[in-house]
Amino acid sequence: MSAEEPAPRLPPTRRRALQALAAAAAIAAGAGGSLHFLWPRAEGTNVKIGGPFRLKSQDGGTVDSARLTGKPYAVFFGFTHCPEVCPTTLSDLAQAFAAIPDLPADFRVYFISVDPERDTPEVLKEYTSNFDPRIVGLWASPAELPKVAKEFAVYYEKIPTSDGSYTMNHTAVVFLMDRHNKFRSVINYDDPVDTYVRKLKELIAAE
Amino acid sequence: MRSLQRLILAVALIVAAPAAFAEDFKVGDITVSQPWSRATPAGAEVAAGFMTITNGGPAPDRLVAASSDVAHMAQIHEMSMQNGVMEMKEVEGGLEIPAGGGVKLEPKSYHIMLMHLAHPLKEGDTFKIELTFAKAGKVTVDVAVGGIGASQAPGS
Repeated sequence: MSAEEPAPRLPPTRRRALQALAAAAAIAAGAGGSLHFLWPRAEGTNVKIGGPFRLKSQDGGTVDSARLTGKPYAVFFGFTHCPEVCPTTLSDLAQAFAAIPDLPADFRVYFISVDPERDTPEVLKEYTSNFDPRIVGLWASPAELPKVAKEFAVYYEKIPTSDGSYTMNHTAVVFLMDRHNKFRSVINYDDPVDTYVRKLKELIAAE
Repeated sequence: MRSLQRLILAVALIVAAPAAFAEDFKVGDITVSQPWSRATPAGAEVAAGFMTITNGGPAPDRLVAASSDVAHMAQIHEMSMQNGVMEMKEVEGGLEIPAGGGVKLEPKSYHIMLMHLAHPLKEGDTFKIELTFAKAGKVTVDVAVGGIGASQAPGS
């Protein structure tokens, strides 16, 4: 380390609001108008985001969203071969959990894989064990995935790589669902851990 | 007065301690500190490398290329948020390292994207990345591999 901390250069400019509006319009148009609202605009409204879903858990059982009513939870879509966004988000979540001593032990963040071919429940279990026991992998079959992704207005796309394999582009926000099983807000990928902490505290405190 | 001196010494030692263990890599006016990466799950083809690059010289330099023995291809990437979808793209023309300043390659920002990994990265391992700067030239750095869930350089 040098004696002085270098002045960190700001990451690329974020023009989220404008992009969100433009992309929401584009996606809504592309989806034939079936998605009237998308999550960036849905925050603080009564717009329907989320469930019902019933997916295979990494632990062998199933998680049925209908049975989650009564306690808040969160949902994040990703994949284990994700080089940057997913490990960063999950480790930020784990750090935020550590900063909230009264976060219930049975609070759950469901990590739904957008890569069901490679991310079997066993693979998901091993992967999530690197973060926090409250982060639990869910496996949606290739037939179920489009449905649950649409419920959360999540985009995902397989991107072929030059070695014959593939990577995924996907929506990288954490959806916060309140105890009435209703969408409350999102945590954005570029939010600092402090924001994770604040939003999670608000979520568990909300009536 | 002596207790004040002791206090100052103690604080200086605490502040200096991490620097004594972390290895810096230098070429010309460029210093690269704490290169690190995350372990990869079995079968994963991609990983990201992070580090702090400082430029002690009077003129800006550019990081123009990277290569590694663990990856068939390495690129300098930046992330951008498009409607909640993170998109990574290559930094065109290289990454400027300002004179007398620095750039942090870190999660949510710039990183070296390692593609087509020859083998999974394991926690505790180190591997090499060769960096090419437009002015300072080439330097090879040892990258420490942290856990899959690491948020910063191992040991920092």
